[in-house]
Amino acid sequence: MNIERLVTMANDIATYFTVEPDHAVAVEGVRDHLTKFWDPVMRRQLKAYLEQGGEGLVPLAREGVEKLILPPIAGN
Amino acid sequence: MLSIVEIDYGTPKATSKTTVELQVDGKTVRVPQGTSVMRAAAQAGINIPRLCASEMLDAFGSCRLCLVEIEGRKGYPASCTTPVSEGMTVSTQTPRLADLRRGVMELYISDHPLDCLTCPANGHCELQDMAGVVGLREVRYGYEGANHVYAKTPAGEANPRFVAKDESNPYFTFDPSKCIACSRCVRACDEVQGTFALTIQGRGFDSKVAASQDNRFLDSECVSCGACVQACPTATLSEKSLIDKGQAEHSVVTTCAYCGVGCSFRAEMKGEDIVRMVPNKDGQANHGHSCVKGRFAIGYASHPERITTPMIRAKISDPWKVVGWDEAFAHVASEFKRLQAAYGRQAVGGITSSRCTNEETYLVQKLVRAGFGNNNVDTCARVCHSPTGYGLKSTLGESAGTQDFDSIEQTDVVLVIGANPTDAHPVFGSQMKQRLRAGARLIVIDPRRIDLVRSPHIQADYHLKLKPGTNVAVLDALAHVIVTEGLVDEAFVSARCEPEAFAKWRAFVAQDKYSPEAMEAETGVPADLVRGAARLYATGGNAAIYYGLGVTEHAQGSTAVMGIANLAMATGNIGREGVGVNPMRGQNNVQGSCDMGSFPHEFPGYRHVSDVATRALFEKAWGVPLLGEPGLRIPNMFEAALDGSFRGLYIEGEDIAQSDPDTQHVTAALSAMECIVVQDLFLNETAKYAHVFLPGSSFLEKDGTFTNAERRVSRVRKVMAPKAGYADWEITQKLAQAMGYPMHYSDASEILDEIARLTPTFHGMSFDKIDQLGSVQWPCNEEHPNGTPVMHVDEFVRGKGRFMLTEYVPTSEKVNAEHPLILTTGRILSQYNVGAQTRRTANVMWHDEDRLEIHPHDAEERGINENDWVGIRSRSGDTVLRAMISERMQPGVVYTTFHFPGSGANVITTENSDWATNCPEYKVTAVQVTRVNQPSDWQKRFHAFSDQQQDLLEQAQSADTLGPA
Ligand code: SF4
Ligand code: SF4
Ligand code: SF4
Ligand code: FES
Repeated sequence: MNIERLVTMANDIATYFTVEPDHAVAVEGVRDHLTKFWDPVMRRQLKAYLEQGGEGLVPLAREGVEKLILPPIAGN
Repeated sequence: MLSIVEIDYGTPKATSKTTVELQVDGKTVRVPQGTSVMRAAAQAGINIPRLCASEMLDAFGSCRLCLVEIEGRKGYPASCTTPVSEGMTVSTQTPRLADLRRGVMELYISDHPLDCLTCPANGHCELQDMAGVVGLREVRYGYEGANHVYAKTPAGEANPRFVAKDESNPYFTFDPSKCIACSRCVRACDEVQGTFALTIQGRGFDSKVAASQDNRFLDSECVSCGACVQACPTATLSEKSLIDKGQAEHSVVTTCAYCGVGCSFRAEMKGEDIVRMVPNKDGQANHGHSCVKGRFAIGYASHPERITTPMIRAKISDPWKVVGWDEAFAHVASEFKRLQAAYGRQAVGGITSSRCTNEETYLVQKLVRAGFGNNNVDTCARVCHSPTGYGLKSTLGESAGTQDFDSIEQTDVVLVIGANPTDAHPVFGSQMKQRLRAGARLIVIDPRRIDLVRSPHIQADYHLKLKPGTNVAVLDALAHVIVTEGLVDEAFVSARCEPEAFAKWRAFVAQDKYSPEAMEAETGVPADLVRGAARLYATGGNAAIYYGLGVTEHAQGSTAVMGIANLAMATGNIGREGVGVNPMRGQNNVQGSCDMGSFPHEFPGYRHVSDVATRALFEKAWGVPLLGEPGLRIPNMFEAALDGSFRGLYIEGEDIAQSDPDTQHVTAALSAMECIVVQDLFLNETAKYAHVFLPGSSFLEKDGTFTNAERRVSRVRKVMAPKAGYADWEITQKLAQAMGYPMHYSDASEILDEIARLTPTFHGMSFDKIDQLGSVQWPCNEEHPNGTPVMHVDEFVRGKGRFMLTEYVPTSEKVNAEHPLILTTGRILSQYNVGAQTRRTANVMWHDEDRLEIHPHDAEERGINENDWVGIRSRSGDTVLRAMISERMQPGVVYTTFHFPGSGANVITTENSDWATNCPEYKVTAVQVTRVNQPSDWQKRFHAFSDQQQDLLEQAQSADTLGPA
């Protein structure tokens, strides 16, 4: 998928959690949100993008994405 | 004319708990205090003659037909205006009363035409009935004198009192020659509808009914709700359909398929033909009232453009080929299987709609999860109320409004934010106006001066005219005042809410940066207004918040919903009658489609797909393994289509090519797919990109249930056979079978039974239960066998309420030199959503095109005059509409509706969306507006494409000798 869209959406999520005073809670908020609401394909793509540098991702989004645990690729 | 099956008790029901006993004609009756003598008698089975009284209206006492004798009282009091008292002895039939009543009737009939046999109300006319009841045998006055009946005097001159029939309204006629000046219509318009469009002019014999300033109905303030038509005891105000078809012979209770009020109707039928729709007096959401859409705009169901045979084609540039149902099902199944084999199991998905019944939506998500084997299912609630689900679930624990509509009767302060109930939820809007006229205070938070801000006998105490996109800033400022001025309901918060979350929130909103003064520059709302509104909300008694798409359709939609829930919790305005958080749902079954598990991440009843116990429950019931990871949302589907991984889509009852933002992006995605299956009534915009068309059924042609904005589940009942042969749930079932996934429901009730078995909040729900109770508000289960009008009473659904932090983040959609204005979108009364239905009715007489509303100042700067063609350009695209200069807008903000596809309102809207749910930011788009003299390029392409698709449709239809012409 269009990686710029994914980056924007992940940044929007991170922006919401930025206000959380407890940093660990904020990171977990981002990770949990992505896990609950994003299709694994999108999570996988974003994590791969982060691993290649993740340009454009805001710091809290980077941390949340970093912590993503990805499910095995679903069989056909 | 009243419904053919309803009984009118003459005056409204009294609510007192104290009862009073009296004697009427020797019968003993016990009734609540405050009941009229007329109603008490009716309860004892004794009908007192009457003309000016009706149960829907306050007693008026003008016709003097309902006189009675009461022991120990002088004279002949009117029974409609006389309340009962303990030990009263009433006689309703005495020789003296009979004389008096005959005298009254003689006067009425002497100024009324005697063409009963050819009158549309014949047999159901109350005047005729009363003449019979009182035994009127002669009229001594003759018809030669002054009258309102004849156009000419016996001498052949024009009769100055005669007024010709007004047939201007497309749905009803007004024939003053039959009017008895009972004023029921005037009072219905005032008391029930609250529009104040009618008056009685003149006095005594000269009095007559007139629409505002003697206009024709169509040109008056009248909003065509039909309350006056229903209230009229004669044929003076009559539905045109009744005049054309004659009276109905049976009546079936069903539910309106338009908006989230979910009005209950009696479909009055002649065989399979609808004579008229009459709002059901026993309807728990609407209490006998309705709006122009539900009552009158049903003609689309029999519109000639309805498609009634399945069609397929290989490419969207091919003509359609009419096929039989079996061929269509086999074709879809083989295409979807081919796509899944070639591109993976995730390559197909489904979209359901808020227009579908609960049963239909449930089946579509079941087909996707169990039949397709993925979670790629979504609903159009994605683009309207998905933030409500997220925001209310995080704070209160349940994704639904907290109250029933009637709760507003106990409300002292009404706060309306980002909602326009008089246009979008008209029947509830009328109820709200009744409460406001009775004294409740009103706060409106909206960039536009919506009608509610000032309407007859209503004036908002506060109108916070904020800049679009600053809802969260205003909500935080309100919270700041509540926290810093000591207005928090500490007892409620400490008993009912999580203390740590509350402490965090309190510190957060108390920051100076959220004070109304600090926020003023951002929101455009004077600080003292914010302070006043906050104090009123927190201390004015029972305060209830009503909100709509003006809250959810923003980049911070979910945050704003949480902000609203925070306010209600902080002030203790939740968990009892008269208070609460009330999302005004747009379409009829938004609530239901969300409840039924049509989001990619959750099963019915809002249970996440990763929840092991829930998944096991569904796996066992459905007999297949299910995925525990969320699937694609609608905008994700588009992205995946564009990158080639998503190839097939089954869409039931939804028109994403018109309703979703950034149209050109959507149509590019649709064009990239290989098999799009559209199930609908008409060749809608999306169907123009489809490869398979499955003709659906209207709400009149199937059984099922809808769930309205107050969680009220009501029955939809089949009153005629499906025009294309199948109800929509049957189509989904056949499709599942063709795909090799077994479904064998023989009746829609079996689907609801399955939902009830698998969903804790629905455990007690069934067609039988709904039939018994009229309607049922979920949760309906062991603890709440008759449903739940008010939620979160003793504790929140999630246990303790959770305050959420709601930082204001300005939208990235900002005005600049290139795009200096903000466009916001909305809807109007007579049209419904994408308009596919209402555009195919006479409702276009009120709104036949979408216009751009612009403030005089902005218009002048650009040299724009009323009705000029103007181009509207955003970074997504551009379109052309006609201008309407309006002071309802604030300078810098322009507004349009989106009911006509050629308007292209969504060509302009952008891909920006709510952070949590991807609900699009429809309400804020930076644009430039200029005068132009031709349609936009997009519009030219759109019209060319539409014409081409229309041709391809016609080719199919002419090839099909059996199909519709
Ligand atoms: S149709 Fe409704 S708005 Fe129009 S005059 Fe009658 S009651 Fe009033
Ligand atoms: S139009 Fe009908 S309801 Fe209105 S005053 Fe005349 S008779 Fe009564
Ligand atoms: S559109 Fe809404 S308010 Fe109008 S009749 Fe239907 S449910 Fe009622
Ligand atoms: S019905 Fe009582 S005065 Fe008309």
